[in-house]
Amino acid sequence: MDKDELVEYFRTQVRQDPEVPSAVAAIRTLLEFLKRDQTGETILGLRENLTQTIRRLEEADSSVAVSSGGELFLRFISLTSLEHPDLSQCKKVMVERGELFLKKISLSRSKVAKLCHTFIKDGAKILTHSSSRVVLKVLESAAADKKRFTVYVTESQPDSAGRQMADKLQNLNIPVTVVLDAAVGYIMEKVDLVIVGAEGVVESGGIINKIGTYQLAVCSKAHNKPFYVVAESFKFVRLYPLNQQDVPERFKYKADTLKAVEDLAEEHPMIDYTPPSLITLLFTDLGVLTPSAVSDELIKLYL
Amino acid sequence: GTSVVVYMVPQYSSIHIAAVVVSMFSTIICGFLFLLVVKRLPEHVQVDDPAVVKRLAKKLERQQIPLRSDYGYKVSLFSHLHQYSRKAPLTQLLSIPSTVIHPSIVRLGLQYSQGIVAGSNARSVALLHAFKQVIRDYTTPPNEELSRDLVNKLKPYISFLNQCRPLSASMGNAIKYIKKEISNIPSQCKEEEAKTKLLTCIDRYIEEKIVLAAKAISKYAIEKISDGDVILVYGYSSLVNNILCEAFEKSRKFRVIVVDSRPRLEGREALRRLVQRGISCTYVLISALSYILPEVSKVFLGAHALLANGYVMSRVGTSQIALVARTYNVPVLVCCETYKFCERVQTDSFVSNELDDPDDLMVTRKGKTQLENWQDVSSLGLLNLVYDVTPPDFVDLVITDLGMIPCTSVPVVLRVKNLDQ
Repeated sequence: MDKDELVEYFRTQVRQDPEVPSAVAAIRTLLEFLKRDQTGETILGLRENLTQTIRRLEEADSSVAVSSGGELFLRFISLTSLEHPDLSQCKKVMVERGELFLKKISLSRSKVAKLCHTFIKDGAKILTHSSSRVVLKVLESAAADKKRFTVYVTESQPDSAGRQMADKLQNLNIPVTVVLDAAVGYIMEKVDLVIVGAEGVVESGGIINKIGTYQLAVCSKAHNKPFYVVAESFKFVRLYPLNQQDVPERFKYKADTLKAVEDLAEEHPMIDYTPPSLITLLFTDLGVLTPSAVSDELIKLYL
Repeated sequence: GTSVVVYMVPQYSSIHIAAVVVSMFSTIICGFLFLLVVKRLPEHVQVDDPAVVKRLAKKLERQQIPLRSDYGYKVSLFSHLHQYSRKAPLTQLLSIPSTVIHPSIVRLGLQYSQGIVAGSNARSVALLHAFKQVIRDYTTPPNEELSRDLVNKLKPYISFLNQCRPLSASMGNAIKYIKKEISNIPSQCKEEEAKTKLLTCIDRYIEEKIVLAAKAISKYAIEKISDGDVILVYGYSSLVNNILCEAFEKSRKFRVIVVDSRPRLEGREALRRLVQRGISCTYVLISALSYILPEVSKVFLGAHALLANGYVMSRVGTSQIALVARTYNVPVLVCCETYKFCERVQTDSFVSNELDDPDDLMVTRKGKTQLENWQDVSSLGLLNLVYDVTPPDFVDLVITDLGMIPCTSVPVVLRVKNLDQ
């Protein structure tokens, strides 16, 4: 499977099922690559090929989730004893584990929704940022539980993703209002809680998410409103940013911008980093975690 | 419980007596287990309790080690700690030749108490080398097993070193490791073989936990140093110096601000070594900290020990630097090897600390020595603290040989390490 086939397969996955997280699409692509790969002669060669594939997928879609999902997939499949003398046997074991991993993480979104919707009380006013499919699932389960609540969504420029979220919520008959990004401070006194998704959860317990999340977190801290993050466990990534500058450039901008533009100082970043001190709780398929427990889970996942 | 049972019984039948006896035994056993589980406070932080001091004196007499006496007036908040004078080293009270203590241990004790060997890593490595010499010169007495006798031989040495200067957390962990290795020697092992095995174990410990750990920490730390950074360091930490020199060799462009404090003025040593490499440095005293901090982009600190609740124990002044850096929103990075992690919990700098020689605070300028006659003033006490603890909220990142972890994850690392062993 060469580079263009890979990217095409990945894009088809995303196109066919817009609900699928980009990390799951990436992992399906990796699994497909593993099944079709004929060039790997040794386990080390296979790993090399898989790592290179992950790099190529990151070039196609520069979100943090693709990077973290790919790394976790690699860890998961190589965690078994690969002691068989026959390479095809080893590959079969790896493919089996890959399928198992895929099945586990496909269910993670519903697990998160089940944990989180109990925190939404009747009559709550929720503020969310941009468009997140996990948050949508959470609000969907809360609505299915016959809870009445209103949602405020920030418009989230430059791509107005907030408006898409508002449309989806209206289809679910949830009362929703779109607010300007600049109106977050204004609206904060009216809301009861803030729920956002995450593109990546870093080692310190902080999150990387659409630009504007950090402002939202600072405002909610100032007003003493709980700030909840919902994220699946495959978004946990081994980064440790100290501040906004410390987030690697390859995550900050879209993949096309990175390839096309020479001087990135002129571009606007698409994501920002929210430190753990501003986050109240994280809802993941591993359970409800405090930011300091994220490092504990990461050590268990990666070591 | 036992008395209640007896009173409720009108007649003493055999079953009732049996019940009484069983409950008595269970309370005794519970009390015994309680004593086993609850750790006693170490003696060196209970100096104001005369019963503890008497017990310690008896133990030292049994081991034939002289007791070092305290010097000068102690500030009342710290009266539970020892305060020794450098002018009266313990070795003056030893008989020559000492029959109990190995000469390399005597030399080591003198080096500790006079401050010739200072710094957490340096002290641990010197200790391990001295123990290697002890093991080389050791012969098992007849009818004794090496695994038990050698451990008993080490106990008076450790008491002696403790008297010269209280043991650091890293030294404590090293001693625990050696004792474990010695007691794991199988009894059928021949003496020469056992000794070589122990020597290789010690060499491997130094190589893995100190030398290679420093390399791993430098690798992670260099990722956090970007071009154009202004890095602040405090005092002299061998690990932080190593990191900065490695980063400079990898052609990172940065400059360093060295913060120093009296009376040790360790920053001068750090400054000398950095300037020798060609790194551009600035030198300030800690009183100028808030003046210099707006220029700083990162703070790198070393640690003496990392406690189980995430507090960082380091040279006095470190918590001040972390506090002011937090106010200016400057990231604080602590670099610490995992062998310095200890299971102790401390939330303040009072309960367990070290008091250095108060005469160090006397300073001679223009021929006049201030505070020369401080002993004559009855209400004057000089306090020369060595360590302080920094809360984890002031520390952004801890770089260890296992990777970069937040300060709150220290108990996780301790748990993982215990599982490995």
